[in-house]
Amino acid sequence: MHPFTYVAPSSVDEAISVLNEHGDRARPLAGGTDILVQLRGGRYQLDAIVDVKNIPELMRVTQDSNGLEIGGAAACCQLYEDAGICAEYPGIIDAASMIGGIQIQSRAGLGGNLCNAAPSADGIGPLIVYGATANVAGPNGSRSVAVEDFCTGPGSNILGAGEFLVSISVPKPASGFGGAYERFIPRNEMDIAVAGVASGVQLDSSGQTFESSRVALASVGPTPILVGYEPGSGNYTDPLAGKPVNEESINHAGKLARDSASPINDMRGTIEQRRHLVDVLTRRTLNKAVERARATL
Amino acid sequence: MTTKQVRNLHVQTTINGQEMEFLVPPYMSLLDTLREVVGLTGTKEGCNDGNCGACTVSMDGRIVDSCLVLGAEAEGKEINTIEGMATPEGLHPLQQAFLEEAALQCGICTPGFLVAAKGLLDNEPHPSEERIRHWLAGNLCRCTGYDKIVRAVEKASEA
Repeated sequence: MHPFTYVAPSSVDEAISVLNEHGDRARPLAGGTDILVQLRGGRYQLDAIVDVKNIPELMRVTQDSNGLEIGGAAACCQLYEDAGICAEYPGIIDAASMIGGIQIQSRAGLGGNLCNAAPSADGIGPLIVYGATANVAGPNGSRSVAVEDFCTGPGSNILGAGEFLVSISVPKPASGFGGAYERFIPRNEMDIAVAGVASGVQLDSSGQTFESSRVALASVGPTPILVGYEPGSGNYTDPLAGKPVNEESINHAGKLARDSASPINDMRGTIEQRRHLVDVLTRRTLNKAVERARATL
Repeated sequence: MTTKQVRNLHVQTTINGQEMEFLVPPYMSLLDTLREVVGLTGTKEGCNDGNCGACTVSMDGRIVDSCLVLGAEAEGKEINTIEGMATPEGLHPLQQAFLEEAALQCGICTPGFLVAAKGLLDNEPHPSEERIRHWLAGNLCRCTGYDKIVRAVEKASEA
């Protein structure tokens, strides 16, 4: 492994300054479960690693009346060990509790999962369907980016030189909202999704009509895919808004999701299998999201 | 001002209850640090990429794959390894149960399984079989087929 320097700044500004100085030869270190493997494998070389876990806001997880704020380096276990977060954001917890094993979940978090921008990331789809935004800091100040606009390709994202993810903001779900994530893997645990689907639904007060919905796909394209959304455009066509909650609506959404997928053949699965999985998982997660949404009414 | 290039970082940490200071290259994993700098070779290297759990240690009470932690990150932390499990009075109940249930063959994965299982029982003294299997999903064993390991953890949890 190419020797690198390790720095552990205690403030956001200090981290920006080190990252900016080294350009693409420096990266932040959060849980380390992707970056250390990639460095060891020679995927890229770095001159400096910036451990951001000594910056208080990067490790903080807060839940209040505005929503959930997840520090950029907070670990998955910090989410699923919090009963309040489990109750209000079960679709995010679905992913946080299935990424790797317990050892990985002690360190890996949704911030790193997002920045790593793997097409197969379990954590990104749930953030998208809960309407999350990524809060980024850099030499030119701070900005917030919708999670669906964050990834630009396999392993690449919108972060510019010296920029890094400080936190993720997830709005507080309204009454009648439900979310769920499921993936298909050949094993029970510890595997990479052949396909994954996150669904989020907002039902009306009767629980019988979809007011709005989001379906996000993993492992079936170069980036996570929000069904009905043209990346970067802000133009979104909701697959279910105004439709009654019934099998026909949900089957329709499954077909739309299937058509939105652009999977590849690889060692984990075929195009045909993945399209089929997207249809099945979309229907399953929508049904689960509806069930969870109704439980809040 | 440019970042100072440091070849060896000074790390202060606590390993198995013992306060410790050492110098470590910034890019060295905690696994290699434990084995090559501190001299604790009970922690094993399996895959070296976070899949097998052979290098599991506990850091501030949470189990981690030490191959995916830098030695430098041990600064100010409490690390516990397999060497800290037995006491002068005898083996840890998990170690005793692994012996009695023959929950090992080649033994390379065993320290990782023991440290991981201790992480479970320290917080949940009486886990279900399903919970044990889920908790240990991050530890691979290519000899036993897992049943004997799960039985040993169940036995230790009843002790």
